[in-house]
Amino acid sequence: MATMTYLQAISDGMREEMRADERVFVMGEDIGVFGGAFKVTDGFIDEFGAMRVMDTPLAESGIIGTAIGAAVEGLRPIAEMQFSDFISCGFDQLVNVAGKMYYRQGLSVNLTVRLPSGGGFSGGPYHSQNPEAWFMHSPGLKVVAPSTAEDAKGLLIAAVRDPNPVVFMEHKHLYRRVKGDVEDGLYETPFTARVARAGTDLTVIAYGAMVHTALDATADLDGASVEVLDLRSLVPLDEEAILASVRKCSKVVIVDEANMTCAAGAQVAALIAEKAWEDLDGPVVRVATPDVPIPFSPPLEQAVLPQVDDVREACRELLEY
Amino acid sequence: MFTPSQPEIPAGGAKGAAGDPGPAPTEEKGEARHMATETAQQSVLQYLTTEDRVGLLRAMLMMRGIEERAMTLYRQGKVPGSFYDGYGQEAVSAGAAWAMSASDRLCILHRDLAAHVIRGVPVASIIGQYMGREGGITRGRDGNVHFGDRTVGCVGMVSMLPDMMLVAAGLAMAFKMRGERRCAITWFGDGSTSRGDFHEAMNWAGVQKLPVIFVLENNQYAYSTPVGQQFAVNPVERAAAYGFPGLSVDGNDPEAMFEATRQARERALAGDGPTLLEAVTMRMHGHAAHDDMKYVPKAQIEEWRAKDPIDRQIKRLEPLGVDVQALRDEVKAEIDAAVETALAMPMPDPDTATDRLFADEPALLEDGNAPWSGFAAKGDS
Repeated sequence: MATMTYLQAISDGMREEMRADERVFVMGEDIGVFGGAFKVTDGFIDEFGAMRVMDTPLAESGIIGTAIGAAVEGLRPIAEMQFSDFISCGFDQLVNVAGKMYYRQGLSVNLTVRLPSGGGFSGGPYHSQNPEAWFMHSPGLKVVAPSTAEDAKGLLIAAVRDPNPVVFMEHKHLYRRVKGDVEDGLYETPFTARVARAGTDLTVIAYGAMVHTALDATADLDGASVEVLDLRSLVPLDEEAILASVRKCSKVVIVDEANMTCAAGAQVAALIAEKAWEDLDGPVVRVATPDVPIPFSPPLEQAVLPQVDDVREACRELLEY
Repeated sequence: MFTPSQPEIPAGGAKGAAGDPGPAPTEEKGEARHMATETAQQSVLQYLTTEDRVGLLRAMLMMRGIEERAMTLYRQGKVPGSFYDGYGQEAVSAGAAWAMSASDRLCILHRDLAAHVIRGVPVASIIGQYMGREGGITRGRDGNVHFGDRTVGCVGMVSMLPDMMLVAAGLAMAFKMRGERRCAITWFGDGSTSRGDFHEAMNWAGVQKLPVIFVLENNQYAYSTPVGQQFAVNPVERAAAYGFPGLSVDGNDPEAMFEATRQARERALAGDGPTLLEAVTMRMHGHAAHDDMKYVPKAQIEEWRAKDPIDRQIKRLEPLGVDVQALRDEVKAEIDAAVETALAMPMPDPDTATDRLFADEPALLEDGNAPWSGFAAKGDS
């Protein structure tokens, strides 16, 4: 057991899996000699060599497309987008080639795509996005989004071992901000939700960075017992865990850092409306980023991204309902 | 200036500036080309036995026969959606696929049915595929020529046509990473050269010197758009800009296609990187069954009808005593039987429409047939 940052845990998961399985390799822009824009693969090239820590041309479609080819030949690529925003340039390969391959021809694509995502540090419209819902809407892709160091490592290893394409959402704002105890060696975290804090009066459902916003917002909420459910996996979505939390608490706030419309939280809200209507004691409340690009200037960015106070206020209003 | 070394290649249908048919060749030039073709023909025959040459004809006859039968089934309402064929282009896939070994990998386009046939895909599975049957390659999950049989080393295409160039480059990347003497091949059309994935794949393969063969199937039209509105410079010339050779080949000659592919594969296995082959051919039917292609001048069709690849191969083989009629009969009988088998296949169970979205276990590419006599001789099939 060691204390690691979220970023170190991702690195540790990749390093351990690469040591254990020679089929695993990492590829992306500036990940080799430079160690990656965020240094997630710092030092990897010294241990594993330039072939398995592959600096690629600046070509996101190329990264995803060639990774698919390597995967169907039995390798297990971990493809890094330098920023999740850039996956738009590899979208076609991921959605149309990787996502539909197994359904169409029974050919499995063992591919992990790491997407450093999220805002909060003036990255502006092209270095702050949360594109996970694009992929939830694309059949054949799994989507996971860890919030803790322990889960970041375990979900990364599980993603690499999964015979399907897995989109691994890693939140940049958690990289060095979140630390935790991480088990040594290899372990897998299941693609299921986790109760981050148990409670009975209200449940806040979130994933990624918003789990921490939810925990901070409800740590001391006028004595209320607030549950926080960390989804961890968006595809598959842990319906049982969501419905169990709603049945227990009867009041629900859903938090997304992504833009509001058709976000992951919209799917969670729809699920609750369909399957837990009788268990509700109030409207399903959503807190999310309004449908605008993520602005650059700090006061504008803070105005759109869900803040601790926004979540706290939403919870207070619902508790009083 | 960087000058890639040009491997020797049989003289083929090298063409002029894109979209411009150029002046008609003079008699003298025509004569020179004829002689060059004959010389190249001699060199090809070092590698092709009569059995190989008959095999090429058989693959082309099979492709044409299957597609003609499928068109009939389409008109009878038994093939849903639309239907796409490769009439007149049979040599492109037959010749190229003949040069690939069992452990090589193929990303096949929709006018390249002969490649599937050569790899060993059962004809009934192909007919069943067209009809959306449970026994088709994709079990009704995808239509018409959108399939690849993973058990014979083939990856099916998607509708975004040059996408598979990158997948083929990735297959080649895997071979290189593992130090294997294997090669990937992919086909794509003239329209594909306008999209970004063409550039990304060509550049990637050039930078990493990957063992991959890119076959640009120039059939003069992308749907209704002629090549003159597709590119200002013939894309075969772009290969040099990516650091590897680009060669025009007579795409209506299966033996020229075989020989160009064989040499490109040798280059790839020697670690010399990719090759771009422009197979110059003509789409003789519409883009799909619904397309009457009235945008194509009749004279252009007539000109290419005279270059029919099957007729040409027959003319070569009949003087050698090959019983072509017997071959035709044998092919027809196999297709007849396959159609019966396919018609007996059930449609997929609607209750299974949401099954098989995710794999529980890895299901990867496996080796396919490689009938070329050269593999048996070298023992490296």
